Amino acid sequence: MRSLLFRSLIDGSAVIAPPQPGSAAVAELARTLGKQARARLGRSLAIREIDAGSCNGCELEIHAINNPVYDVERFGLKFVASPRHADVLLVTGPVTWNMRQALERTHAATPSPKWVVALGDCAANCGVFAGSYACAGAVKDIIPVDLHIGGCPPPPIEILKGLLALVDELK
Amino acid sequence: MKRPVPLAAAALATKHKAGPDGFIRLRIDERDWIGLAMGCAQGLQDLLALWVDDDAAHMGLGVPALKLRIIVSVPLKRGSFPSVAKNHAAAIRLERTLRDLHGIEPKGLPDQRNWIDHGKWPSPPPGLKKNAARPDTAYAFLAAEGEGLHQIAVGPVHAGIIEPGHFRFTANGEAVVRLEERLGYVHKGIEALCRGADIATAARIAARISGDSTVAYSYAYALAIEAALKWRPPPRAVLLRAVMAEIERLSHHVNDVGAICNDASVVVLHAHCTLLREDILQTANQCFGHRMMMDCIVPGGVAGDLSAEGADAIEALLARCATGFEAVVRVYDEAPSLQDRTVSTGIVSAELVQRFGAGGHVGRASGRAFDTRFNFPYAPYQGLDFTMALHSEGDVDARVWIRIEEVRSSMALIRQMLKLLVPGPLMSPSPKARAGEGAAMVESFRGDVFVAVRLDDRARLANFHGRDPSCFQWPLLEAAIEGNIVADFPLCNKSFNCSYSGHDM
Repeated sequence: MRSLLFRSLIDGSAVIAPPQPGSAAVAELARTLGKQARARLGRSLAIREIDAGSCNGCELEIHAINNPVYDVERFGLKFVASPRHADVLLVTGPVTWNMRQALERTHAATPSPKWVVALGDCAANCGVFAGSYACAGAVKDIIPVDLHIGGCPPPPIEILKGLLALVDELK
Repeated sequence: MKRPVPLAAAALATKHKAGPDGFIRLRIDERDWIGLAMGCAQGLQDLLALWVDDDAAHMGLGVPALKLRIIVSVPLKRGSFPSVAKNHAAAIRLERTLRDLHGIEPKGLPDQRNWIDHGKWPSPPPGLKKNAARPDTAYAFLAAEGEGLHQIAVGPVHAGIIEPGHFRFTANGEAVVRLEERLGYVHKGIEALCRGADIATAARIAARISGDSTVAYSYAYALAIEAALKWRPPPRAVLLRAVMAEIERLSHHVNDVGAICNDASVVVLHAHCTLLREDILQTANQCFGHRMMMDCIVPGGVAGDLSAEGADAIEALLARCATGFEAVVRVYDEAPSLQDRTVSTGIVSAELVQRFGAGGHVGRASGRAFDTRFNFPYAPYQGLDFTMALHSEGDVDARVWIRIEEVRSSMALIRQMLKLLVPGPLMSPSPKARAGEGAAMVESFRGDVFVAVRLDDRARLANFHGRDPSCFQWPLLEAAIEGNIVADFPLCNKSFNCSYSGHDM
């Protein structure tokens, strides 16, 4: 039993080299945020994740960016348990009518300045669920969105690239 | 109507032949319908699914010991059918869902509260039979009375990176007196979206019913469609499907064992397990082009081939996983501080899993010897050698051990299947469009997924029904936590790992 615990202390790190911030993400942020807002973001961000109707696929890949390979916390990005502690809301899913109010309230509970990242194809355009009586719309139809990260679900490296664009200086 | 008496599905099914999908289909009257529900309550058969299509209510029933499956149908009378839930509690939430989505009244349903309909839809679900969607009214949670009781309301937005749902705890100090779940937040109207869709469009929707079981749902959907069209996938595709299904099972079991340890504050095991999971997903991506193998199983076959290098990569992965996972298991097995949290926590009785027909690790940890791959085998599992993991303690620890044993058996299964792979086509040519019905059950990592489809004469979906294993597991979580401390809820919850999206549909 102790061998694994001991090895965990001395074994090399599994972490990969940091990727470059996604160029599409940088471009979108340049449009939506501007330099001043980005200066306020600094290099440390608290992220609150909200599943507003996802199939759970995006959640699994968000979990993955916390694993020792991608290790999102080394970039100063940290997932927090309450919107009250958050700078960024990371929202997935087509927003269902049954989640709409919870999303709006969570957004309202997040102190300003705050930023919203819509993650996954459903968050961008409802994906395969577009047109359903049960879906209220894409995330941007409900709350203002600063950045989209596409994919079904986006692989962790793409999530990382998108989020890094948030903390990286605008070139 | 003569007074109904408990009826065994096996007695009704004699002399009837099963369709190509293994299901016997019978139209019955209301008396037999009620009798079968009473029979479910007595343990004569398991309720597999309950749905409405066109002008009839349909009930899937299973007798695993006899490998017998039957779908009985009763015509709706003025938008109503006799409640199954009146006699069999496992059907309560299924019938509340039918009321909300179809406006159909299960006559005698003991719980009249809405379930999936939260009173938020601006327009009602298409095809709602009677009145429109219900107004937004306060949900009446069940009462718990006594001195010193307090309530804790959690969700729908939880503290972790998980799906939304609401938990209402009533506690006395630390001890939970009652937990009541409120679900439906991620209802996306999947069945209505599928109605009228072509086979390929609905396949993409079915793959997104519950992202963690995307392979299992695509698999079940493909089997159901193929049964309806008398379409036979080629042998290579049959094996590749099961390889993907076992890789999916592996990835979640490994992950959940780690997550349970994490909820017991042993973070290092969680880190090791997430590394194993990442290794599995990267290999899946390398072999099948998608980390979760989404849309890789399609009706008629599989979307892509496994190259020789891919098969080697899987063999190498299994070797790494076996070493890495067994190291985690040794720590779990030898750490009293971990077992202090998991042993005797969140016990579900054998009687309850039997009554609710709960599948997966929830059922098998409480002595219910049911695994679709054994009891209702589908290709290629009939020809494979493996054993069913079974425990009887019913606590978090037993559910962990079921997962550990299934990780081992999944790895052995993948090795067997890779040896059986021979070159060949990946898709069978699509047959001529025809009307038909098909149903299928597939064992996901979580338990038995059920899918039923009906095609019109242009081979578009006239009806689609999916039933997630969580439907029969969520109610048992309420029982598991009773008498435990609030702080052990994450452990219990993670050991179940029910799907919200799969349940809400």
